[in-house]
Amino acid sequence: MPINYYIFLSVCLFCIGIIGVLTRRNAIVIFMCIELMLNAVNLLLVAFSRMHHAAAQSLDAASMAGAEAQIFVFFIMVVAAAEVTVGLAIIVMLYRNIHSVDINFLNRLKH
Amino acid sequence: MSMNGMITYGYLIPLLPLIGFLVNGLGRNFLSKKMIGWIGSGVMVMAFLMSLLVFNQVSAVGFKTEVLFLFDFIKTAGLDFPFALQFDQLSALFLLVITGIGSLIHIYSTSYMHEEESPHFARYFAYLNLFLFFMLILVLGSSYVTMFIGWEGVGLSSYLLIGFWFGNSNYNNAAKKAFVMNRIGDLGFLLAIFWMLAQFGTITYAGVFSKASTVPVSVITGITLLMFVGAMGKSAQIPLYTWLPDAMAGPTPVSALIHAATMVTAGIYMIARSNVMYSLAPISQNVVAIVGISTALLAATIALKQNDIKKVLAYSTVSQLGLMFLALGVGAYTAGVFHVMTHAFFKALLFLGAGSVIHAMHHEQDIYKMGGLKKKLPVTHFTFLIGCLAIAGIPPFAGFFSKDEILTAALGKNIVYYILGVVTSLMTAFYMFRMYFLTFHGNFRGTEDQYNHVHESPAAMTWPLIILALLSVLGGWIGIPAVFIEDAHLLSDFFSPLYTLSHSASQLHLSHSTELLLMGVLLLLIVIAIFTASRMFAKADITEEHSSSFGKMLANKWYIDELYEMIIVQPVNYISSFFARIIDVKIIDGMVNGVGKLIHFSARQMRLIQSGQVGSYVLIMVVSIILFFIFQMFWKI
Repeated sequence: MPINYYIFLSVCLFCIGIIGVLTRRNAIVIFMCIELMLNAVNLLLVAFSRMHHAAAQSLDAASMAGAEAQIFVFFIMVVAAAEVTVGLAIIVMLYRNIHSVDINFLNRLKH
Repeated sequence: MSMNGMITYGYLIPLLPLIGFLVNGLGRNFLSKKMIGWIGSGVMVMAFLMSLLVFNQVSAVGFKTEVLFLFDFIKTAGLDFPFALQFDQLSALFLLVITGIGSLIHIYSTSYMHEEESPHFARYFAYLNLFLFFMLILVLGSSYVTMFIGWEGVGLSSYLLIGFWFGNSNYNNAAKKAFVMNRIGDLGFLLAIFWMLAQFGTITYAGVFSKASTVPVSVITGITLLMFVGAMGKSAQIPLYTWLPDAMAGPTPVSALIHAATMVTAGIYMIARSNVMYSLAPISQNVVAIVGISTALLAATIALKQNDIKKVLAYSTVSQLGLMFLALGVGAYTAGVFHVMTHAFFKALLFLGAGSVIHAMHHEQDIYKMGGLKKKLPVTHFTFLIGCLAIAGIPPFAGFFSKDEILTAALGKNIVYYILGVVTSLMTAFYMFRMYFLTFHGNFRGTEDQYNHVHESPAAMTWPLIILALLSVLGGWIGIPAVFIEDAHLLSDFFSPLYTLSHSASQLHLSHSTELLLMGVLLLLIVIAIFTASRMFAKADITEEHSSSFGKMLANKWYIDELYEMIIVQPVNYISSFFARIIDVKIIDGMVNGVGKLIHFSARQMRLIQSGQVGSYVLIMVVSIILFFIFQMFWKI
C-alpha cells in the first residue's frame, strides 16, 4: 500500500483531534481528542518506519534499518498511558470540586 | 641613575604638606588653633629646610639632573606614565621660592586668620597645605602628566581658597569664575599632552625633549601653542586673565601666595621647562611675546584707575606676568624665571603689606578711605615702600635687575616690545606709588573711630614682611648684569645646563655705554613717574578724582568683563535655557516618558488575551503552531 494512504489517514485523524479540542467543552472529550492526535502521529511514525525498513531490506535482506521506530511507538504508548492516568486523575479531582467537566467553568487561571 | 644625598629623600618635600593637609583637615574639630598653626606652618618650614638641602646639592658643580622614581602611575602595553620627581636647576629654584614664601605666608596667616573659628582655621590651613602639595608636584614632576596632576590640583585648591568665605555668594562666583577660566586653559594643556603622546609616544621631559627636533615644526608649533593656552589660563593672560582680579575675594595671604607668588607662575614654569620645544617653534614664541606684552600693557592701564588696594595689586600681577611671558617669548628664559623669583618676593611682600593694612583697617580695602597710615603702621609702611621701589624697578632693589634683563632681551628681538615694555614699567611705577601715597600719606580719610583702631600688626605678620623686604632688596643681586660686574650673573650660570638642548636665542650684545644710557633714561623716566604720582596723590586733602570718560573706561577695566558677559556668558545662558526648555523637556523627557507610556499601553492591550478560557488558549496555541509551520514552509532557514 502506498505511503500516501497512511499520511492521509493520519492527517484526517489529527484534524479530527484538533477540531474536537477546539470545539468541544467536555474535558473528557477534549482529552480523548488529544489522544487521537497523539495516535495519529504514532500511526504516521509506524508507517514511515515500515517504508524505510522495506527500502533497506530490498538492498540487504539482513538489514534492520528503520525498524527502531516500531519500538519507539511502544514507548510512546506507555508514556501516553501514564499521561492518561494523570490527566484522568486531574479530571476526576476537577469533577469532585466543581461538579462539572465543562472547561468554560475553568477560568480560574486568569487570577 | 645613581641616587645620593638629600635627593633620595626628595619625595618628603611634597609629602610634608600632604601630611599637614590630612592632619589639619581630618582633625579640624579637635585641634586647637595654636596646634593647627604649628602643624600647618611646621610642615612648610620643614619642607623649606629640605628644599634648601636639595638646592645645595643641585647647585654643586657638575650636577646632573636626577629623576626620583616613585611608582607607576599608569602602565599598560602602550602607555607608560611613571610618577617620578625630577630634580634639576629649574625645579630646585622653584622649590625654594614655593616652600620659602609658602612658609612665610603660613606664619603670617596664623595671625591674619586668628579671628576665624577653629574648624575654619583648620580648613584654611588644610587647603593651603593642599595647595602647596600640588604646587610642589607641579614643579617636581618629571613628566607632563605629573605636571598636569599638580596643575589641576592647584586649580582646585585655588578654587577652594578663593571661595573660603563661602557665605558670600560674590566670593563663590569669583571662585567659580577662576575655576572655569582655568579649566578652559587646562583643556589646551591636556590636548597638548595627547598630541605629545601621539607624536613621541612618551610624556616624560627627557623623552619628549630628546625627540623634539625630529618632528615637523608645524607639529611642535601646534603643541607649544596648545600648551600656551594652558599657560594663559593658569597665568592669567589675555584673553583668560579676568579671573585673577576677582580671585582677590580670597583671604589676603592666599592672594599673596597663590595669586601672586606661586600658582600663577605655573605657566611661566611650563614654558621655561619646555624651552627646547619653544626654541624650535618661532611662531609660538612670537605669540607668547605678543600676548605677554599686550597683557602687560592692558593690565597696567587698568591698574591706573583701581581704588581697591588688592585690585591694584592683582592687575599689577597680571601685568608683571605679561612681562615674564614677553621674556619667554623672546627666548630669555632665564630672565623670565628670574623675574618670577623677584616678583614672588616683592609681590608677596606687597600683598602681605596690603593684608596688614586691611587687617589694621578692619577689612577696608578702598585706598580713598585710607591715607596717613605712615605713622600708625611704621613696619608695614617701610616694607611696603621697599616693595613699591622693587616693583617700580629702582636699583638696587630686586625688580630692577630682572625687569632690566627682560627689557634688554626684548630690545634684542624687536624695538616695539622694548618701547611697550618701558611704557608698562612707567605705568607700573605710577600706579604703585599712587597706591602707596594714597594709603600712607596725606590725611586719614576714614572715620575718627576707625583711625583710633588702626594698629600695627603683631610680630607673626611683621616678621614675614621684614624677611620679604630683605629678599626684595637682595634678591636681584644673583643676576647682576655684565654691564656692572662681568660674570656676576649667578642665575644664568646656574641655569645654563637647562638649555643644552635648545637653540639659544641670539642675544643682543649692546655696548656697555649704550646699555648704561638706556638704563639711565629708563630710570629717569621712572623717577619722573614716581614724582608725578607724589605730586598728584601725596596731598593732605584729596578726594576721589573726577574721572574723564577714558578714566571711567579704565576704572571699569575696559569693560572686558561686560564684553565677555555679552559675547560668551549670555549666549551660553540662552543656549542653556533653550536646551532646558525645548530639547530637555520636549525631546529627552518625551522619549523617556514615551517609552513608559508605550509599555503601559501595550500591556493594557496584551492583558486582554489572558481571559482564563482554556478554549481560547488552545485556539491560540493551534493557530500559533499553524503559523509556525507556514513560516517554516516559506522561509527556509
